[in-house]
Amino acid sequence: MRDKMKIFAGAAIFLAVALFPLWYVRTTGKASIVPEPKIVNAGKECVNAKEYMREYHMTMLNEWRDEVVREGRRTPIVIAGVEYQKSLSDACMKCHANKSDFCDVCHNYLGVSPTCWDCHNSPKEPKHEIR
Amino acid sequence: MFEKALSGSRRYWTLVFILLALVGAGFFFYLRQLSDGLSITGMGRDVSWGFYISQFTFLVGVAASAVMVVLPYYLHDFRAFGKITILGEFLAISAVSMCVLFIFVDMGQPFRIFNVFLHPSPNSMMFWDTVVLIGYLLLNLFIGWATLGAERKGVAPPAWSRPLIYISIPWAVSIHTVTAFLYAGIPGRHLWLTAIMAARFLASAFASGPALLILLCMIVRRYTRFDPGREPIQALGKIVAYAMTINVFFIALEFFTAYYSGIPSHSHSLEYLFFGLEGHGSLAPFMWTSMGLAALALTLLINPSTRHNERWLATGAAAVFFSTWLDKGLGLVVGGFIPSPFESITEYSPTVPELMISLGVWAIGFLILTLLYKITVAVREEA
Amino acid sequence: MKYDKNYELSRREFIRKAALLGLSVGGSKTLMEVVFGDDILAASTDENPATVRWAMVVDMTKCSRREDCSDCMAVCHRTHNVPAISNRRHEIKWIWREPFVNAFPELKEGRLRKDLYGAGFIVLCNHCDNPPCVRVCPTRATWRRQDGIVMMDMHRCIGCRYCMAACPYGSRSFNWMDPRKILDEKAINQDYPTRTKGVVEKCDFCAERIDRGMLPVCVEACKEKALVFGNLSDAGSPVSGLLAGRFAIRRKPELGTRPEVYYIV
Repeated sequence: MRDKMKIFAGAAIFLAVALFPLWYVRTTGKASIVPEPKIVNAGKECVNAKEYMREYHMTMLNEWRDEVVREGRRTPIVIAGVEYQKSLSDACMKCHANKSDFCDVCHNYLGVSPTCWDCHNSPKEPKHEIR
Repeated sequence: MFEKALSGSRRYWTLVFILLALVGAGFFFYLRQLSDGLSITGMGRDVSWGFYISQFTFLVGVAASAVMVVLPYYLHDFRAFGKITILGEFLAISAVSMCVLFIFVDMGQPFRIFNVFLHPSPNSMMFWDTVVLIGYLLLNLFIGWATLGAERKGVAPPAWSRPLIYISIPWAVSIHTVTAFLYAGIPGRHLWLTAIMAARFLASAFASGPALLILLCMIVRRYTRFDPGREPIQALGKIVAYAMTINVFFIALEFFTAYYSGIPSHSHSLEYLFFGLEGHGSLAPFMWTSMGLAALALTLLINPSTRHNERWLATGAAAVFFSTWLDKGLGLVVGGFIPSPFESITEYSPTVPELMISLGVWAIGFLILTLLYKITVAVREEA
Repeated sequence: MKYDKNYELSRREFIRKAALLGLSVGGSKTLMEVVFGDDILAASTDENPATVRWAMVVDMTKCSRREDCSDCMAVCHRTHNVPAISNRRHEIKWIWREPFVNAFPELKEGRLRKDLYGAGFIVLCNHCDNPPCVRVCPTRATWRRQDGIVMMDMHRCIGCRYCMAACPYGSRSFNWMDPRKILDEKAINQDYPTRTKGVVEKCDFCAERIDRGMLPVCVEACKEKALVFGNLSDAGSPVSGLLAGRFAIRRKPELGTRPEVYYIV
């Protein structure tokens, strides 16, 4: 392996460039765009903590789906005396009522397109000016 | 050995590019189907399975037919089939690939296909059909590649391929039996609710597959330097003759039970298919063509003097193939839905996009076949 | 040769081992689901009678039978966002009218009571005790609940339409296109989802209402009180009372599906 040094050097440069978004944000704490989802009906407590939801809301929704649809267990969740149905449209979307300002912000940032709203209703949104 | 498919004559590349063009056209129409839904096909609430599933049903039979060359050679030392078992196995790979693709293009939510594996349902024959088809595909891939690879190196095939070959024999029967069970266990569709559905499927499979293999052997002989030989083609001819006779006999049995029993629901679908019902009879010309081709095929194949003549044999084989394609594909699958559970008639005819997508899938199958046969021929030619 | 001279795995051996590992990891989930997965055929038997067994009695002597009366269908389709598609091939319907001779084709031979010749019978999913549609579903996207309702899970359905082929009653519809292209946006019932293209749908006895102690919307909407819904396992329920006293028929009982929609003719 006469070219060992050149290969390792090339590989290291490639990794540095390819993983740039990760190590840059980690070390400097600055990202060029940070998604800022806006909650419209703030003031009520969510069914779970923000950090948990950020990572696990899809898992939680799938669990709700199987409990409600497949097992027929529709007992509402009670948080601080308030009842929440285990439902995307009847619970989540009632508080996070503006899909474009909340849900879509992070989804678009990450380039994911969940198909939930192909079927489940989202509340009508007021038209707002183009930012 | 893949590299052998990457070099060839001008004729070879012309064929490959024509097939690729057909695949491309089919893909374009499939994208439309993905965005607009299956409404672009001719299927509907009453006839909810159509051309795609009919092609799938027919091709499972073609795939199963590899056993007709594997069994005599490996179980009974029928030396004549020694050179063509690989052609049968590669035909099976091509056919099963088309089966899987036809299922895929027929699905309403194809990207959820893994649900079949995430939530296995042993109660469902469709689950088992998926399992046995994928198993059969893998079996033939491993067996075919190992045997051809060994032949190329001039050594005996690896020891592990023997048990796999023996397994592939009942497995081939099972793929078509399970496909027949898709239809034969449904209580509300009287055309399908017959105990001999699996037997009919196997008979027509062992007629149509070897018939296609005869034609493919003749094409290979014509265009390459590999000659499968006269003896295996003649042996296949006899197999097709007997299988087609049994197939036609089974169809006659269906007519007897349907009409002699006098039960209206038992004969309604046959009535619609062959004679028309309440003024609707768009499939009748196809069914009678199928019967005509069957009669022609049996005449040519049972009679030794025409069977020994390779031109007549080829005609007979083509007649068998198209006859079974019409009867099993169009007739059986579409006919099962007519009349509807309300005894109303809704006719079906495929739309242009549906046919273009189907043509694309057939082109993929023939492309796979061409590539695999090219590799085989190249290995044989260099030996 | 499995190993080359440096005792490292050959490429072939590596691929073989990797494939085996992948298969066993994937296969184990499948195996677990088969062993521990949901029980779809929990039909009630005489040894194990279910405590709740939902059924519907369609009292055709009370039904107006007229083509222009469509209260049950209208409220069902409106509540559940069922699109009204004019092309009969693509239509979706959960509950509708069929002439008697089409709903009961085995009975159409011979001479019938005069009023049956024009009668439009209300037909819907029969929520069979032994449903062939459930038997054939390759993903268990349709299954039978303990209380008898044959359910649909739109999230899991792959759109293979095997259940449509298996249903002997033509109760199921498929979304051949995106229903939201047909539905009037302003008229969508926000309290119930729509469906998407490529999935099968049918009446589900308003399971989300039953589970909250309410009646199906069609039953509530019928002005003639022709639709009666209740628990067959309860001898005191309206359905039990009706069936104990009146003769009722079911569609195609000889097929062994054990339908739970009864018709008083």
